[in-house]
Amino acid sequence: MTDKPKIPAIELKQLQFYYLANGWQLNVPELSLRVGQHLFVRGASGSGKTTLLNLLCGITKPVSGELYVSGQALHRLSSSARDSLRAKHIGVVFQQLNLIPYLSVLDNTLLSSHFAGQNKADATVRAKVLLQRLGLESTIWHQKAAAISVGQQQRVAIARALLPKPTLLIADEPTSALDSDNRDAFMKVMLAEADSNGCTVIFVSHDQSLAQYFAYQLTMQNLALGVQPC
Amino acid sequence: MSILFSGRVSSGATTRKVGVGRRFFMFWVNHVRQALFSLGELWRTPSASILTIGVLGVSLTLPATLHLLVKNVQQVSDSFTQAAEISLFIREGVSDTQISSLHKILQADQDIARVTHISKQQALAEFAQVSGFGSALNYLTDNPLPDVLLILPKNTSADSARQLMARLSKERIVEFGKLDIDWLTRLDAIVSLLRQAVLIIAVLLLGAVLLIIGNTIRLSIMSKKDEIEVMKLVGATDAFIQRPFLYSGIWYGVFGGLLAFLIVETMLWWLQGAIVSVTSLYESEFHLMALSMAEFLSLMLLAILLGLSGSYLSVRRHISAIEPTGP
Repeated sequence: MTDKPKIPAIELKQLQFYYLANGWQLNVPELSLRVGQHLFVRGASGSGKTTLLNLLCGITKPVSGELYVSGQALHRLSSSARDSLRAKHIGVVFQQLNLIPYLSVLDNTLLSSHFAGQNKADATVRAKVLLQRLGLESTIWHQKAAAISVGQQQRVAIARALLPKPTLLIADEPTSALDSDNRDAFMKVMLAEADSNGCTVIFVSHDQSLAQYFAYQLTMQNLALGVQPC
Repeated sequence: MSILFSGRVSSGATTRKVGVGRRFFMFWVNHVRQALFSLGELWRTPSASILTIGVLGVSLTLPATLHLLVKNVQQVSDSFTQAAEISLFIREGVSDTQISSLHKILQADQDIARVTHISKQQALAEFAQVSGFGSALNYLTDNPLPDVLLILPKNTSADSARQLMARLSKERIVEFGKLDIDWLTRLDAIVSLLRQAVLIIAVLLLGAVLLIIGNTIRLSIMSKKDEIEVMKLVGATDAFIQRPFLYSGIWYGVFGGLLAFLIVETMLWWLQGAIVSVTSLYESEFHLMALSMAEFLSLMLLAILLGLSGSYLSVRRHISAIEPTGP
């Protein structure tokens, strides 16, 4: 009896994207990540980190090449199908956090479960557990997102991204506003939660010291090398 | 709370298996809730909403009023059916039997509604009474007036009446036919011109309404750009984001249509007194016609379609253009 080959979490083949306006282009010859792998992506400003993440999120469609997320051909999907895939399989944490300021901490967290088609009661229970594990006590669950600290907002953003149990977590400089103590605590909590879900993580940062948390890295200036051990 | 999240965050879809009936019921419940929350959004931005509804109402009032004008002029025009009456003058020396025979034939004609025979004796007596020359006419040795058959066509339009007259004038015992309908033809032409003008003005105004609603919705979308970006990032589809804005467009249509109806009815009420004064001078029974129920419903449907179309054009263009800036 032979084991079925496991579907990679992410697979890119001869992926190409360019901006017609300025002729800038991104070429990824090949990139593959197994389920549960954590990848640290580094690169200078303008090297295409955000473009790569936009492609992986399905926000942007590649000009050519193939892009698979959890086995689904993202490059062939319509805009609404990519939205649906993102809702169910991809969690995203942004540098600017993008919380809705007038929604409560709990409602911000539940936002992703709504579009992932999860049952509200189940999602609420899970969101509370998740918030508590991320160090956010019940006293602030009903406070508006605008009223809590930046560090707490980071954790709400992580909770929102992880609530639908995504297969892929994409984070872009989520620690940029944190001091070193909070940053380390945040990294540990985020990666532990991702691990508990068997979630593949792609983490982008300028901060080279954060590479210590990752087993693999990708350098934007040398994409041809592919994924390398840290 | 924003239109995008009101009543929606807490009503997430479910992965639990539910019956088709319940899903159908919940589908409508969700739509009703979203429609009501969109109404609430209009209430929360009163100045912008009142302006848009006002513009829509006034823009619909003008074509509705012109339509009523045409309808009332048409009513006047239709009341002059006697103008389409054809007089067939009978040749001299034709016997009463021949006239009676033609009378019967014409009564059976499918194009004719009514035939009246005015004998030469009746005509003379009437002339004597109306003209005031009664005693003078006694000096006549012969009656110079002919027998006349008055024909009222079933179709009183000028063209049909003319065609009928041409056909009847060929009857052997008919000397000639007469139809005094030129003034009615002119009135019909004016009504037709008015109808065309109403159509053109309506098309122009409705086009303006589309643009105004589209622009209002565009501003609303732009003011919520950040929220839309977040929703798209967490997987909301364009259709989901568009829905509350489409409901806003429908509400603009509903209130704009009602405003137009109220303005038109107020104008009619205002003018009714003056029109009664004028018509009483002419001993006429003319009554100003208001919008019928079917016309009111058509006005509302048109207004709602305009609101929906304006917002649809705007959301299609602007919501799809808002893409998350990415992580």
